[in-house]
Amino acid sequence: MKYKAGMAKPRISLEEVRHVAKLARLALSEEQMRRFTPQLESILEYVAKIGEVDVSGVEAMAHALPLQNVFREDVAGESLPLEEVLKNASATDGPFFKVPKIIGGDEE
Amino acid sequence: MARFDTIAAAREGIAGGEVSATELVKEALDRIEKLDPGIGAYNSVYADRALDRAKDVDEGRVGGALAGAPIALKDNICTTFGTTTCSSKMLKDFRSPYDATVVKRLEAAGAIIVGKTNMDEFAMGSSTENSAFKTTRNPWDRDRVPGGSSGGSAAAVAGGMCCGAIGSDTGGSIRQPAALCGVVGLKPTYGRVSRYGLVAYASSLDQIGPLGWTVADAAALLNVIAGHDPRDSTSVAQDVPDYMSGLEAPVKGLRIGIPKEYQLASGMDGEVKAGVEAAMKTYESLGAELVEVSLPHTEYGIAAYYIIAPCEASSNLARYDGVHFGHRTSEPVKDIIELFSKSRAEGFGEEVQRRIMIGTYALSSGYYDAYYLRALKVRALIRRDFDRAFARCDAIACPTSPIPAFKIGEKSGDPLQMYLVDVFTVTCNIAAIPGISLPCGFTRGEKPLPIGLQLLGPVFSEAKLLRVARMYEAATEWHRRRPEVA
Repeated sequence: MKYKAGMAKPRISLEEVRHVAKLARLALSEEQMRRFTPQLESILEYVAKIGEVDVSGVEAMAHALPLQNVFREDVAGESLPLEEVLKNASATDGPFFKVPKIIGGDEE
Repeated sequence: MARFDTIAAAREGIAGGEVSATELVKEALDRIEKLDPGIGAYNSVYADRALDRAKDVDEGRVGGALAGAPIALKDNICTTFGTTTCSSKMLKDFRSPYDATVVKRLEAAGAIIVGKTNMDEFAMGSSTENSAFKTTRNPWDRDRVPGGSSGGSAAAVAGGMCCGAIGSDTGGSIRQPAALCGVVGLKPTYGRVSRYGLVAYASSLDQIGPLGWTVADAAALLNVIAGHDPRDSTSVAQDVPDYMSGLEAPVKGLRIGIPKEYQLASGMDGEVKAGVEAAMKTYESLGAELVEVSLPHTEYGIAAYYIIAPCEASSNLARYDGVHFGHRTSEPVKDIIELFSKSRAEGFGEEVQRRIMIGTYALSSGYYDAYYLRALKVRALIRRDFDRAFARCDAIACPTSPIPAFKIGEKSGDPLQMYLVDVFTVTCNIAAIPGISLPCGFTRGEKPLPIGLQLLGPVFSEAKLLRVARMYEAATEWHRRRPEVA
């Protein structure tokens, strides 16, 4: 069962790991990112084997059951009371969730 | 060994006046207190609430098909009582504002939820070693893993600390721990059981299901939890048959499919292989015909799974941002993005972070087509493989896990090595079909380890699948063995 990562070009660089961590909103430490890079490389190398499959003419199957557009009437029903909604939040202010400023922060 | 350790025995005992619900719950709580420090199956135990509910049953206020049976619940199933932690620092104090649909159904049927069980964090793992809190030990050999991610649920049953348990299965997380702990575990057809209140890992793969000592107990639990739920738009409006009626009737003219590609799976333990082969001989002696089938895309199952699941997870776990619930960083932050990033880095364990990273990468611009979209096409092919195979057989048989319970720490160094143990379980979730694991033997040696036989069926074929499983169980004694825990 031992899978050996190929010696081909690495699938993800430390730079890309930094980029992905940013997209995923994960403030990983430099040490973690260095440690993750070969692990992610090895995993991505393995999963890339789906590239071998002939998928011509095959439709992507996001969902394996023939369910589509399961709607309900647009009628207001039962809702969570406000105190239940807020009870697990670490920082609230009256009926609001409190967050640091959004606009005027560092955009990237 | 617990006196009434199956749901059937518990129900018979109560009906016959031999035991009360209160005594059953007291015994379960007693065994948890005595044994769980050495096993670690439970994250939380609801002693007072369980005893109150037992009183309700004993005094006739609550009845139902499961009345009085102590049941354990995996800690990713939301309850308004206690915490729902997903064994993660991210949710260690989370108190759900609503109960999962399965919880409502279980309690309406009189089941007594004694506690929440340990799991791999956010259901990501195959050994329960990824729990942020503790390692659960296999009751058959405490130096070994119980499997995962529903390892706590499987160990709770195997350790006699409940009569039955509920887990969730995304890539094998009910079936594999069931196999490693010598119990029965069933993943229903996708959409058979409501996911409302199940903390989402991969929305197109997740399914809740039962674990117990016997096929009948799995059927009894499935009867209660299955059914359409308007709160889960992916649950199917299909009638729920009585899975217990006709369970003893063997399937005449049973054809069992043996996938030829599975014979080539590398890394299969010799005793596991022999155990499953012996089980096939048993089926033949019961009149079944073995048919060779082909599942040509078998070798791509893990690759497809470890793209689809992380992609869906990266989306589902985006909600953990430190704002609405869950861990929030106490570090100073300069803006909201930093609030998200620090909270998430602190709250999530490494395997969760890895899978989020894989998913984010595979969905990102430039890679989406090559990874995610392509994996969804491979998914369609895997489903087609099964549809074709089921035209020629009633059920497919194979090992659940290629290896018996491995030692704690043995596979945690290399994430990919851990992923490879899922080879026989992931395609079932990908194709949305039901699968059941039941004990079919033990390894030789000082501490015999359980071997699990897996049966797969077409979508919504649970009734027949349970009968096929019961045929084997009725002809063997494996389901009567108990580990020496006391």
